[in-house]
Amino acid sequence: MADQATKKMGDWGLGAGELERILSEAAKHKGESLWQDAWRRLKANRTAWCSLCFLALFTSVAFLAPLLPLPSPVSLDLQIEPQPPVAPWSQFGRGGFSPEYWELSGLDQAMVRGRVAIFDDWQTAAWLGTDAKGRDILSRIVWGSRTSMLVALAAALCSLAIGVTYGALAGYLGGAVDNLMMRIVDVLYSIPFIFVVIFLITIVNEYRTELEDHYGINREVIFYLVIGAIYWLTMARVVRGQVLSLRHAEFIDAARQLGASTARIVFVHLVPNVLSIVIVYLTLTIPAVMLFEAFLSFLGLGIEPPKVSWGLLAVDGSEMVNPVRIYWWLVVFPAAAMGATLLALNLVGDGLRDALDPKLRGQS
Amino acid sequence: MSESLLSVRELKKHFPTGRRSFLGRSHDVLRAVDGVSFDLERGQCLGLVGESGCGKTTVARTIMGLEKASGGSVTLDGHELTSLGRRGWLPYRTRVQMIFQDPYASLDPRQTVASILTEPLAIHGRGKPKQRKLRAMALLDVVGLNPRHINRYPHEFSGGQRQRIGIARALALEPEVLVCDEPVSALDVSIQAQIINLLVELKERFSLAYLFIAHDLAVVRHISDTVAVMYLGRVVEMAPCDTLFEAPQHPYTRALLSAVPLADPLAERQRRRILLEGDVPSPLHPPPGCAFQGRCPDRDAVPAGRCVSEAPLLLACGSSLVACHLDPSRE
Repeated sequence: MADQATKKMGDWGLGAGELERILSEAAKHKGESLWQDAWRRLKANRTAWCSLCFLALFTSVAFLAPLLPLPSPVSLDLQIEPQPPVAPWSQFGRGGFSPEYWELSGLDQAMVRGRVAIFDDWQTAAWLGTDAKGRDILSRIVWGSRTSMLVALAAALCSLAIGVTYGALAGYLGGAVDNLMMRIVDVLYSIPFIFVVIFLITIVNEYRTELEDHYGINREVIFYLVIGAIYWLTMARVVRGQVLSLRHAEFIDAARQLGASTARIVFVHLVPNVLSIVIVYLTLTIPAVMLFEAFLSFLGLGIEPPKVSWGLLAVDGSEMVNPVRIYWWLVVFPAAAMGATLLALNLVGDGLRDALDPKLRGQS
Repeated sequence: MSESLLSVRELKKHFPTGRRSFLGRSHDVLRAVDGVSFDLERGQCLGLVGESGCGKTTVARTIMGLEKASGGSVTLDGHELTSLGRRGWLPYRTRVQMIFQDPYASLDPRQTVASILTEPLAIHGRGKPKQRKLRAMALLDVVGLNPRHINRYPHEFSGGQRQRIGIARALALEPEVLVCDEPVSALDVSIQAQIINLLVELKERFSLAYLFIAHDLAVVRHISDTVAVMYLGRVVEMAPCDTLFEAPQHPYTRALLSAVPLADPLAERQRRRILLEGDVPSPLHPPPGCAFQGRCPDRDAVPAGRCVSEAPLLLACGSSLVACHLDPSRE
């Protein structure tokens, strides 16, 4: 059986040896996929490319936060008054780092040990000022970005895994199955999720010790689960719409007449062809998720102190705004970090859309 | 009957259309294919012609199992195909393959030529990946493309080259029957000739049987052994290629042939065209009796009312099969 494929080729003109030789030559004639083509176009788009680089930098800083010589985001200072920013050129660094954190994961702890080994107790000065309790704002923004990235990652994975599969199956199977699957989405859509989140988190708060002790579920897990549960819905709709327009394409019929299974058609032919829209949509969903996290944390339903998130920073800042003295750095810097990230994500999304579908360029 | 390689009997495909009441079935039925029968012998080519919308493509899709037949049977070597599910079809897929009309739509834009051509082999579990790839290269060579271009993507090829890739994909499983659904109508005229010649060459080389669907009569005449003419979901005339073109029997066939322009300007000026009046009736509400009766130029030659009251059967008339009440030698 295995040999059948090569044996029959013999009487097809080209011998097996000749084919082997040509196969090695074929590497030189590599084609350019639509992805490579889109990547080239994205690189040519300066705005999108700069935004992408910014996001890459931001993500790596967030990931490597424990390794950087930043002050601890939680170590308190006895000074009551928030300190204004110190320009890096007037004071670059100082000593006195104390490795105080909340409970960190193993990898993060290793990175903290690495940081102590490299920089000892040296840390950056308060370039962006400190808050009312003397905690360094720059450090808190960087550590807060980790929360945002994590939420974004959770929502993106849920959208991709559940939303794309669900939408593609509904669109391809069509008929009654499609009808049922999309009505379920409609029902989920109609639930006001803010209330659900508030409700769930209130309940979890009530039983938090039991849940944590017996099931190991804490508030954060619930928080990520809920966010994931909301954000696959729109993705399912978007993908279904795209698949509906593709399912009667001739290449799908061609695959069917070859005997391809439904799974093969969906994952080998349909999903790769809707992936460009999925990616664009993802880059536009992530900012919404980040905002949602900030909003919930602002309400006190998301991340809890001593951990930080951008929403919590905004709460801290807004509490310190009063008519007597405006501690502007407490509000401006966290807001700027968040704004810059969201803007960059939107610009990348726009650039990706143009790169992946050149026909749409210039339309909004 | 089962001696034929592919045998189609009274094939019907009806599409429910129009308003659909809540939970209910729709009332209007579009009879795209309404009782088509023919046989395809090993190594032969059956041309299927007719104007747009007469159901040619639906015949092909129903034979391939892409549409579920509403009635009738399709048998391959005596095995019934219309009732099979996907798994039941699998062993026959290797024997019947299809070439699609639009080479720009029939190749997955995200796949390389290698994955397009190895997919049929992968689905049917033939060979190891390396062997499949070598096989794909041999296929490219067979259809006249450079096997070195195996790692390219469809968008890097021209329309004619893409159609060659489509043909190579259909050949990958070494089928006995190729269903060609207007394989050249989306191509430039100069490219059409190349593809037709390739198909003729492949037919000889691999002793393939073609069901060749086209609306270009010259192309059909060039490649076919037998030609069937379809009108509104039915075959109105079926005859050996030369007989059909030299001595058409059915009034519709005559009108169709008279519409072909001639290359010679003198002959073209002499050409007598039979102009049909009216439009093709809607397959939603086909006329009673003979489907062609409303437009037939020879209607008056038939005893009164027969065309309206009775649908003509496809009966032998010389070496042809004709569905018309006109012919006196019938019955």
